[in-house]
Amino acid sequence: MSLVLTSTRNEWAAVRGEAARAGLALLRPGLGLILPVGLALLWELAVYAGWSTGRLVPPPSVVFATFAELWSAGELQTHALATMSRVAAGFVCGVAAGTVLGAITGYSMLSHRLVDPTLQALRSIPSIAWVPLFILWFGIFEASKIILIAVGVFFPVYLGVMGAVISVDRKIVEVGRAFRLSGFAMVRRILLPAVLPAYVLSLRAGLGLGWMFVVAAEFLGASTGLGFLLIDGQQLGKPATIVAAIVAFAILGKATDALLALATAPLLRWEDRHGRR
Amino acid sequence: MLTLDRVGKTYSGGLRALDGVSLDIAPGEIVVVIGGSGCGKSTLLRAISGLDAPSDGSVRLEGERIVAPHEKIGIVFQEPRLLPWLSVAGNVGFGLEHRPKREREERVAAALARVGLADKAGVWPRQLSGGQAQRVAIARALVPRPQVLLLDEPFSALDAFTRADLQDHLLDLWADGRPTLVVVTHDVDEAIVLADRIVVMQPRPGRISEEIAVDLPRPRDRQSAPFDVAKRRVLAALDRSLDRAAEPADAGQRAAAGGALWW
Repeated sequence: MSLVLTSTRNEWAAVRGEAARAGLALLRPGLGLILPVGLALLWELAVYAGWSTGRLVPPPSVVFATFAELWSAGELQTHALATMSRVAAGFVCGVAAGTVLGAITGYSMLSHRLVDPTLQALRSIPSIAWVPLFILWFGIFEASKIILIAVGVFFPVYLGVMGAVISVDRKIVEVGRAFRLSGFAMVRRILLPAVLPAYVLSLRAGLGLGWMFVVAAEFLGASTGLGFLLIDGQQLGKPATIVAAIVAFAILGKATDALLALATAPLLRWEDRHGRR
Repeated sequence: MLTLDRVGKTYSGGLRALDGVSLDIAPGEIVVVIGGSGCGKSTLLRAISGLDAPSDGSVRLEGERIVAPHEKIGIVFQEPRLLPWLSVAGNVGFGLEHRPKREREERVAAALARVGLADKAGVWPRQLSGGQAQRVAIARALVPRPQVLLLDEPFSALDAFTRADLQDHLLDLWADGRPTLVVVTHDVDEAIVLADRIVVMQPRPGRISEEIAVDLPRPRDRQSAPFDVAKRRVLAALDRSLDRAAEPADAGQRAAAGGALWW
């Protein structure tokens, strides 16, 4: 009797445990949402209840309304498109320069000694410091903005590629040598695939910096772009516009990073990572 | 014929790793180079492979001087050194890049079947066990059909059971096309299982101490009395090689460590 009881109890516990686990598995992606959504609801409630006017910190409903309004007017799309094309152009230039220079300084010790110290010195300059100079040199239109973004993208890509090429396992390179690879064949068949994981990581870091620098660039004399929207909101005293632009930045930054990660994932299937799920 | 003529190697720090090593190796012969650490056996193998050219003397294959990696010479390292971004099949076919796709695929499939890993063709190297990975490395070196296959302590990182298994397997593969094998090891059993001839080396500087012909019939039974006799001969030769290399500075230390120092 007691035996039967225990066994049913155990089964019941197992069933319950399984259900709980299944529920948790469904909920897990949502766990991260609890904090931000909770805070937003709390603030919405606070403004609704009249504890605060919400003028300087607009409640979510107002931000959303502004967002929808900007969207339906087509403004948001125009600004987002302007910003995205600047980021894209700057990213492409920065990645191209960073990849080529990083590969060269990683591969050849001589060019490393010649070029790397200068680049490291330039890297320690806060990049915003370039802005006045770039404006003098390249004007206040697109060129100076794109170059500023490219500078921001360049350094993480350069460092990532150089470090990765330098640290390619000598033993793997030797396999290439044993199969009589040299020069371009060695780069294509051994070095390039070996640095791919580090390269993808540096591209993502570069893209992140690109999004940072586009704001700096657009703060300075732009008439379009999400950065312009930020300044516009400040000058016209419309915090909801500012927050809407910030939200747009967050969405775009996250989306482009996810796209980059997704696009590069098939190249890295071979990796032996502990973080594999 | 693989001919080593007074091969010597001095490293940039001034260390004389190899000195006057001369050796004639017949086609299809299995030569095992054995010796303690620092006796230059790996340096010798790298000189033959063309990865590290000797500083003096010469290595010739069929009269052709070897100064860089050569298509007729394959090498297997102590670690499998598979390229992690290529599948097992991609690794095995690595040396066949310039062959037509069809031929490449057929030869890779045949080689994988031959090493018993036909079902692993599409798998990544990280999914292989140590013994499987080393078999893939051997297949990769053999697929271009080298005249000479060099193996640098190829099984030393494996457990005893897998090691014995792969030694037998290597002999099977050798019987297919009978390439010349030069195997570096510090394992006396391995030397006797594989070798037609054992070259015992002595350290400081690396020189040939003596050569021992092993004429036991194959397959060789590791438990048999003749095997034991051969083993004692090699162990004695190793002891002598250390005595010859003895320097006053480390004589005492060597006496303490006894004959085990060659490990």
